[in-house]
Amino acid sequence: MNPMNRLLRFYPALPPSLQRLGDDFLRQSASRAAFGVALALAVFAILLLVSGHDPADALLEAWKGVIGSSFGLSEVGVTMIPLVLTALATAIPTRVGLVNVGGEGQLYIGALTATGVALFFPTGHIWLMLPVMALAGCAGGGLWAATAALLRHWRGVNEVISTLLANYIAILLVNVFVFGPWKNPQGLGYPYTTPFEVAAIFPAIAETRFHWGFLAPVISLFVCYVIFNHTLWGFKMRAVGGNPSAARRRGIAVNKYVIAAMIAGGGLAGIAGMVEVSGIHHDLRPGISDNLGYLGLLASWLAGHNPVVIIAACFLIAVFLVAGDVLQLSVGLPSAAGLVLIGLALFFVLGLRRVERQAL
Amino acid sequence: MSTFWLVASGTLTGAVGPGISVLYAVYGELITERAGRINLGMEGCLLMGACFGFLTTAETGSAGLGVLAGMAAGGLASSIHACLVIYRNTNQLATGLALTLFAGGVTAYVGRDYVDSIIEGLNPIVIPGLADIPVLGEALFRQDILAYMAYALGPLMWFVLQYTRWGLSLRAVGENAAVAFAAGRNPAVLQLTAIILGGALAGLGGAQLSVGLTHTWSEGMTAGRGFIAVALVIFGLWSPLRGMVGAFLFGGAVGLQLQLQALGAPVSPFLLDMLPYALTLGVLAIWTGAADRAMPEGLKGILRTG
Repeated sequence: MNPMNRLLRFYPALPPSLQRLGDDFLRQSASRAAFGVALALAVFAILLLVSGHDPADALLEAWKGVIGSSFGLSEVGVTMIPLVLTALATAIPTRVGLVNVGGEGQLYIGALTATGVALFFPTGHIWLMLPVMALAGCAGGGLWAATAALLRHWRGVNEVISTLLANYIAILLVNVFVFGPWKNPQGLGYPYTTPFEVAAIFPAIAETRFHWGFLAPVISLFVCYVIFNHTLWGFKMRAVGGNPSAARRRGIAVNKYVIAAMIAGGGLAGIAGMVEVSGIHHDLRPGISDNLGYLGLLASWLAGHNPVVIIAACFLIAVFLVAGDVLQLSVGLPSAAGLVLIGLALFFVLGLRRVERQAL
Repeated sequence: MSTFWLVASGTLTGAVGPGISVLYAVYGELITERAGRINLGMEGCLLMGACFGFLTTAETGSAGLGVLAGMAAGGLASSIHACLVIYRNTNQLATGLALTLFAGGVTAYVGRDYVDSIIEGLNPIVIPGLADIPVLGEALFRQDILAYMAYALGPLMWFVLQYTRWGLSLRAVGENAAVAFAAGRNPAVLQLTAIILGGALAGLGGAQLSVGLTHTWSEGMTAGRGFIAVALVIFGLWSPLRGMVGAFLFGGAVGLQLQLQALGAPVSPFLLDMLPYALTLGVLAIWTGAADRAMPEGLKGILRTG
C-alpha cells in the first residue's frame, strides 16, 4: 500500500486521470525527493513562524541570497567542492559493504599532512606544490582510514564505531599542531599556522571564493563513475559488497578490495581537507570543517551512492548550508538554521523513499 | 603521599561525575540494541537533553522540571529515528547520523542566547556514613540525584531484561523479529518503545551533563559521548552491568586527563583530551573477540565485521 495515499485522504475522490498522474509522480524517485524537500521547507517555515520570524520573508531572502545572486551561487560551488569529495569517501567503501563514517576525521588529517608540505617544503612552483600537497592529503586521509580497515580486518572492530571515534581524535590532533608547534609566532596568539606561500594556494576564479580546487571533485567523480560502471574492479567491488563469501569462493581477494576501498575513500576525504586549506583558509586552523564529513556521508546516502546523483544531493545540501549563512546576515537567524533545514530534508527524503522490504 | 597516589585517587573520584551522562546513554543504546536496532542518533538525543534540560532549568529555576524536559526532548528526538527506521525501513546508520546533525542544528538554534550562562542546577547529595569511606565514598556518594538513579538503573535493567516477560519479548525481537512475531509479539511496537525509551534515557544523561555536572550549556557540549556509548555497549557485550564498567572506564579517562592537566603535565592539553576516545577505541580492539557471540542476531546485518 502506497503510504502517500494514506496521507492524502482525498486521493480516491480524484478523477482517475489525476490519480494516474499522481501514481506516476510517486513512482519517480526524483519527484519523491522533490516532494520531500518541499515538505521539509514547509515544516521549516512553521518552525520559523513559531520562533517569531516571518517565514515568507526569510525564504524569499534565502532564495534571493543563494540562487538569485552570483555571490550566493559561487558560495554554493565553494561548499560543494569538499562535499562531493567526502560523499565519494562514503560511496566507494559502501560498494564493498563498508560504511565510512570517518570523512570528517580523514578530512582533518588530509588538511594536516597537506599543510605540513606547504609549510616545510615550499618550492615556489604552483605546478609542483599543489599536486604534491594533494598527494600528501590523500596519503594522510588514506592512512587514517586504513587504520579502521585494518582494525576491522585484524580485530573485528566494526568500522562505523572506529571511524566515528577516530574523527574526534583527528580533530584534536589538528589542535595539537595549530595550538602548539605550528602556531604562527606573528599570529597575535591565534591558533593559525603561518599563511601558505602563493604557490601553495588554489587561485580563485573571477574574484569569488570559488577556486581551481574544483577540479579535484570533478576528476574524482569522473574516475569513480568510470571505475564503478566500466571496469572489472568496479564489478568485483560490487560482488564483494553484495556477498563477500560468494566473492571469496570465486577467487576475488575480498580483504584486498575492502582495505583498498577504505583507503581510497579516506584518500578522497583527505584531498577534501587539502582543498579546503589551500583554496579557502590558506593556513591550517581549528574548525576547518563544519560537519562536512558527516554531510558528505548523508549526501551519498541520499544519492544511493551513485556518483552522478551525488552531484545533485551535494548541490541541495550546499544550497541549504549557504542559505543558513544568508539567513544569519539578512534575517538574524542563527546559522544553525541551515543544519535544521538539512536535517528535515534528510528525514523527509529518506522517509518518503519507496519501502523495498516491509519491516515486520 | 606520592604523586602517583594523588593522581590515582583523584582519577577515581573524578571518574564518576563525567561517567554518569555516558552511562545513561549506554543504557539507552543498550535497550535499543537488545531490541535489534541501532541508534547513532544517541549523540543527538544527549545533546537535546542537555540543551532543553538547561533551558528549562534556566527559565523556570527548577532543576527537576529541567531534567524532565531533557528526558522528553531525548525521547521526542529518538521517536523520529524510531518512526523512520521501523515504519519507513530507512537505513539505521544514515538516519541516526541525520538525527545527530539535526539535533546539533536545533540545539545551536534555540540555545544560542543561553551560551555561557550559569544555573543553580542539581547539587550533590552527601550520603551520611557512606560518603566518609576513603576514596570510594568521595567518588560514589557525593553525587547528584541522577547519579544515584544511574547506579540503581543498571541492576534494575539487567533484572527487567533477564527476568520479566517484557524483557524476554524485547530480547526475542532483537534476536529474530520474525520468530517473535510468530510467537505473538509485536516487533514494531516493541522496537518503537525501546528506541523512544532509549532516547529518553540519553536525554536524561544529557540533562545530567548540563544541569547536574557542568551547570552550563555550550554548543556541541556532549562531544561524541553518544558515539562513545555505542562503542561501550559493544565493549559491555550488551549487558547493563558490564556497560556500567565501560562508562566508568570512560569517566576514569576523563578524570585522569583532568588530573594530568592540573599537575601541569608537559604535553599538549589536546593530546590529553584524546584519552577517552583513544581508550574506548583501544578497549574495543582488545576486547572485541567475544562481541560476535554476544551480539543480538538482529544487529548482525548492520554491524557485520566479516
